[in-house]
Amino acid sequence: MKLSDLSQIFVYVFALVLLAPWLAEFISQLFFGQRTLLHPVFERLEKWLYRVCKIDPKEEMNWKDYCIALLIFNFLGFAFVFVLQITQNFLPLNPQNLPRVSWHSALNTAISFMTNTNWQGYAGESTMSYFTQALGLTVQNFLSAASGVAVFFALTRGLIRKSQGSLGNFWVDLTRTTVYLLLPLSILFSIVLVGQGVVQNFSPYVSVKTLEGATQVLPMGPAASQIAIKQLGTNGGGFFNANSAHPFENPTPLSNFLQMLAILLLPAALVLAYGKMVGARSQGWTLFAVMFLVWFLSLVFSMAAEFQTNPNFNLGSLMEGKETRFGVTNSLIWSTATTVASNGSVNAMHASLSPSAGGLAIFNIMLGEVIFGGVGAGMYGMLLYVFLTVFLAGLMVGRSPEYLGKKIEAPEIKMAILGILGPCAVILVGAAISVDLPLATASLANKGPHGFSEILYAFTSAAGNNGSAFAGLNANTPYFNLMLGLVMLVGRFVVIIPSLAIAGHLVSKKISPPSTGTFASDTPLFGILLIAVIVIVGALTFLRALSLGPLVEHFLMLQKQVF
Amino acid sequence: MKHLLPGLKLFVLMSLFTGLLYPALITIVAQIFFKEKADGQMTLIAQKFENEKYFWGRPSSVAYNPLPSGGSNLGPTSAELKKQFEDRKTKLRKSHPEKTYDCPQDLLFASGSGLDPDISPASAMYQIERVSRARTGISVDQLSELIQQQTQNRQWGVFGEPRVNVLQLNLALDSIEVQK
Repeated sequence: MKLSDLSQIFVYVFALVLLAPWLAEFISQLFFGQRTLLHPVFERLEKWLYRVCKIDPKEEMNWKDYCIALLIFNFLGFAFVFVLQITQNFLPLNPQNLPRVSWHSALNTAISFMTNTNWQGYAGESTMSYFTQALGLTVQNFLSAASGVAVFFALTRGLIRKSQGSLGNFWVDLTRTTVYLLLPLSILFSIVLVGQGVVQNFSPYVSVKTLEGATQVLPMGPAASQIAIKQLGTNGGGFFNANSAHPFENPTPLSNFLQMLAILLLPAALVLAYGKMVGARSQGWTLFAVMFLVWFLSLVFSMAAEFQTNPNFNLGSLMEGKETRFGVTNSLIWSTATTVASNGSVNAMHASLSPSAGGLAIFNIMLGEVIFGGVGAGMYGMLLYVFLTVFLAGLMVGRSPEYLGKKIEAPEIKMAILGILGPCAVILVGAAISVDLPLATASLANKGPHGFSEILYAFTSAAGNNGSAFAGLNANTPYFNLMLGLVMLVGRFVVIIPSLAIAGHLVSKKISPPSTGTFASDTPLFGILLIAVIVIVGALTFLRALSLGPLVEHFLMLQKQVF
Repeated sequence: MKHLLPGLKLFVLMSLFTGLLYPALITIVAQIFFKEKADGQMTLIAQKFENEKYFWGRPSSVAYNPLPSGGSNLGPTSAELKKQFEDRKTKLRKSHPEKTYDCPQDLLFASGSGLDPDISPASAMYQIERVSRARTGISVDQLSELIQQQTQNRQWGVFGEPRVNVLQLNLALDSIEVQK
């Protein structure tokens, strides 16, 4: 550890804490339907979209309508991305004449991008045409993130509206998020990225003669426009196979810094916006502090683990899987940010991290992707944990639990438990089935505990809608494409549907004024309790699985064991 | 099913805006203002160097073939990684008999992309005696000065790590030879 390592972490944290509140203000204006500074530019587009689609922006939806609209919209996205892939050989903008994608890979990828996971069994530069990347994958990068924000908005309305039946209008939430938030930020960001050297064109691949006389073919494509939203929308699906380790996807330390910042920017801003939306900024800052603390501890432990000497090589902070221009510290800021935030992009190969830093990457996802989490998804996921915490606190003191004046009762807690434990269950069951199947273990690249971690990571990543991997695992097989596809669907919708159901329950309840017996949810005490609930649920559920993978690998590494 | 039609229309229009118009707009802006960068700079992608006359770059698990890019994904207890590491170490020690210590570890471990164009300044300095030997008339001092010129420091003084682009370094090296 050098001063330069610490100063880069400091600048990162500083930029995040500086920009997030500013963006939060903007998001809360969108939530309340107020005019923002971008309305003069984009309002006509928004109104035009409603007019053409015959959407009445004033129409209100109850939770079931809201949910059905979301499911229909997401299914359309899934179907379109699937069809694009299996017909791309007949479609334009395919200068490399890439063949159609196999049905099982296309199915997996369509689910993956629709659910904001961006798990990738394929290699972008040798699989997907520009047409598929832009019109299929880039679009889902926007729409899956906007869907997440919409669910978060609906759940928040459930909390702040008194004795009503409706949660807002899905089409309006989706459109506003895309038009005023995601699109403008992406335009700005992608131009900055091109300025740093990210490629952006529709040309055929370029053949170059190397200095030693060999031939090398350089991939091209509309990368910057996809990478901007990939980072901002907690999507994470790389344009190229090596994701943001690729020099054309992340060419400079500055592009790296901005991409890292983009991972946490919107999730952090949404937390602070939440405080504004419920009328008490302290509610947002409390949740922000909880998330920040867990992420920061994860970073500290990852750094400590990575700088420790690996006796097999007699070296610490191994450069395997890392890029020279980023170095070790930037690889770890990224690996922790991308896993707490369900982004899933990488700038270094997680499989080659030290056992503990790699294990923390898995554990971060196992915490349920609520530490900042996905855009929108992190907040509705976190609110499930908040309900659970309030409920547990109520049990402890024997009072009926309330949150923001709304009574939290059996139906809400049942739904919250479903949303919290559903993804956990599919991780453990999926991994347990797979390690017993020769069909699945044939895909492993590493032997020993690291091989087990590859499978555990894959199911964790899919269920958490993260998308990162211990990428030695060859997941582009019918078995993994289908299994992980299923797990991604569960991981997304077994959280979304209960969240909307809770919103539907809550919105009809009255808001009781706080009394002396109310357990305040914006205090350090509540924050600590919330962290305890999140970590205990994660640890109790996964400690045994982790002990078979990263934990045992750590101790065997210290014994100089190799596999 | 009253949501199907508005949903379908909105999906089509959103796809049009975010999937066609947006990438097209960015491409136009990029091609006007940053044409060279948007078309991909050759120096960003590592080339294979094994000739004694050139500085060598980092090992690549895709053999410097960008289709597709990627790392080894070998873990910290991988026997295969340990073997690769020992082999590279032995080979580099043998090629640099003037050095009494092992080379910096970025030359011993493969990058994440397989296309990392950079090495650390220390890794470049490690190779100067060998390159000087292979190129008659270029002294070790000249080479070390060249490396200093070619070293890119942390961006804005803060971000990333100091590095030397191997292709640019070798191009500069060739141009010295030509001038003579």
